[in-house]
Amino acid sequence: MQRHLISAADLTRDDAVLILDTAEEMARVADRPIKKLPTLRGRTVVNLFFEDSTRTRISFEAAEKRLSADVINFTAKGSSVSKGESLKDTAQTLEAMGVDAVVIRHGASGAPYRLATSGWIDAAVINAGDGTHQHPTQALLDAFTMRRRLVGRDAGLGQDLSGKRITIVGDILHSRVARSNVDLLHTLGAEVTLVAPPTLVPVGVETWPCEVSYDLDSTLPKSDAVMMLRVQRERMNAAFFPTEREYSRRYGLDGDRMARMPEHAVVMHPGPMVRGMEITAEVADSERCTVVEQVANGVSIRMAVLYLLLGGNEPAVTHARTTEEK
Amino acid sequence: MSKILIRGAKVLGGEPQDVLIDGELVEAVGTGLSAEGAEVVEAGGKLLLPGLVDLHTHLREPGREDSETVLTGTRAAASGGYTAVFAMANTFPVADTAGVVEQVYRLGQEHGYCDVQPIGAVTVGLEGKKLAELGAMHESAAGVTVFSDDGKCVDDAVIMRRALEYVKAFGGVVAQHAQEPRLTEGAQMNEGVVSAELGLGGWPAVAEESIIARDVLLAEHVGSRVHICHLSTAGSVEIVRWAKSRGIDVTAEVTPHHLLLTDELVRSYNPVYKVNPPLRTERDVLALREALADGTIDIVATDHAPHPHEDKDCEWAAAAMGMVGLETALSVVQETMVDTGLLTWAGVAERMSFKPAEIGRATGHGRPVSAGEPANLTLVDTAYRGSVDPAGFASRSRNTPYEGRELPGRVTHTWLRGKATLVDGKLT
Repeated sequence: MQRHLISAADLTRDDAVLILDTAEEMARVADRPIKKLPTLRGRTVVNLFFEDSTRTRISFEAAEKRLSADVINFTAKGSSVSKGESLKDTAQTLEAMGVDAVVIRHGASGAPYRLATSGWIDAAVINAGDGTHQHPTQALLDAFTMRRRLVGRDAGLGQDLSGKRITIVGDILHSRVARSNVDLLHTLGAEVTLVAPPTLVPVGVETWPCEVSYDLDSTLPKSDAVMMLRVQRERMNAAFFPTEREYSRRYGLDGDRMARMPEHAVVMHPGPMVRGMEITAEVADSERCTVVEQVANGVSIRMAVLYLLLGGNEPAVTHARTTEEK
Repeated sequence: MSKILIRGAKVLGGEPQDVLIDGELVEAVGTGLSAEGAEVVEAGGKLLLPGLVDLHTHLREPGREDSETVLTGTRAAASGGYTAVFAMANTFPVADTAGVVEQVYRLGQEHGYCDVQPIGAVTVGLEGKKLAELGAMHESAAGVTVFSDDGKCVDDAVIMRRALEYVKAFGGVVAQHAQEPRLTEGAQMNEGVVSAELGLGGWPAVAEESIIARDVLLAEHVGSRVHICHLSTAGSVEIVRWAKSRGIDVTAEVTPHHLLLTDELVRSYNPVYKVNPPLRTERDVLALREALADGTIDIVATDHAPHPHEDKDCEWAAAAMGMVGLETALSVVQETMVDTGLLTWAGVAERMSFKPAEIGRATGHGRPVSAGEPANLTLVDTAYRGSVDPAGFASRSRNTPYEGRELPGRVTHTWLRGKATLVDGKLT
């Protein structure tokens, strides 16, 4: 494993499988009456959020606390950042307080990479979403969810997603989730198809390790998982598509379309969902939809990442178990 | 001592000759010239070029003296072998009145490192709405002939047409920063494979090419000349080539960095590579080199754009666009054009001195190295190779994309009208 987690593209297959397997171990902690491990006791993690994202921050915070880390939450709003402090000064200020890891969410693509490579700080950097670039822990939790559903919780251990056909639908252009997933799913051996109106597919997509289609209906029967991305209503003001209704008709997932998917196939969504836009309530609330599971899995994945980046060589869960058994 | 004998210099890359300077003029060029009463500079086979002329420099004064001043910028110019620079109008206040251009002009004269020829804004406040007093700037002591809203595009077709027409009255030229604004909203880098991966807003080639196509047609329609700033794409080259074949009076410039660097460098998210127009692809770079060699692109201009450290020591999206270039331009041209066999040194003189002076009507600059001409000269050690160290820059800013990169060539001497501004690589 590397020192930082900046991009899903930086992970090898073995790295990724190790994270998924570790996350399975971590998930067991959630089933216990006391959902806590001592692994990161005495370590300090700061959640440095320059963009509002309650769900992601809470997920990281839960993961950090379950590993017994000391947690500092920093949000840009109302802080010195809103008074014009630079990213560099903010990071150095936090590090001076003795931070071991920085979980950063930032609106500018590349901000976590800059933080990790500019010599500004020494702490490990975990990208919790940067601009329209990457959101690697989201891709990991998605892969984790797919492996559980499509391969099996126990059968999946040590396995990747070879041969699984994954369809990602929606605003690819502005999506860090799509970019991270394409990279990671490809590394894990899955076949990825992106589906979107041509306006929401980036120029330059031809080098990505995936297929691109403009037609959702023909792709659905060949999908083991269909991931719907949030589409912001404001996009239609910039002429990316004419109206909400037209978007829903052509690219939204409703009950009829879901029926065209193979029986075992699941529907995924990184949240927050825009019901009635990219996904109907019927689909969102169906048993095939993994949205709530993804949230739970997110905590396990983030525990695994934090443990592997910060926990050193000691085994995480087995060690914890023995302590408990004493 | 008013006489200087430069002994054994390869004038424009030819056989070694002696060049005798007397006062402000070249007195003689030949072999075995007498050194009597003259200070002798042993050139030892170094290259002698006419003083370089930069049609596109940002000196930042007035308004952003934290990044550059006329003094520091002209010292940087002298270090790079330049004897004249055209100072862009996007200062604070904007150089859109006779008062501002005269101030900048006089600062250049007072400091004496390099002639400063101010460029006037095309429109008031660079806002693209209302023509600035172009005639008043031309008639001022600064004698402005080049007008540009550089940094911004004159995107309104009617304003562009009127500007092209209006400056004909006094032989002026409009230098267009070709960037269709709607197509480049939120643009952060070249739109293509790399931007798709990095998730940075794309600056598509078509945003440059569509404006160039429009403007060459406008220039043809109204019978004006037009100059295209910092041409950066293979498509732009094709359009300019077509326009020239049609007899349209268009000239174009390319920056050194667009001749050498590609958007692959943006993968580092290091804002030192953030520039406008953005670094393009390898294909564009090769097309630009070829176009500069065959004359489709007339000149090299630096687009020297100093920025304080804090404006680059940050995340990509927050960073300023631009790179310093005066002190590395000739080295980059040697690396990309001369050492590759695409251009002779005479060709370099044409593109970095004669032609830019002609486009900007800079009298006394861009003249042949021969008797009776102003002694604006640059002596270059072309055999030198060394890595770029921004700490040694004369510019107030250090935002170079070449830090640590090994480049050939080093300017050792510069003379401005017979007065040495740079001796043995040191400013006087």
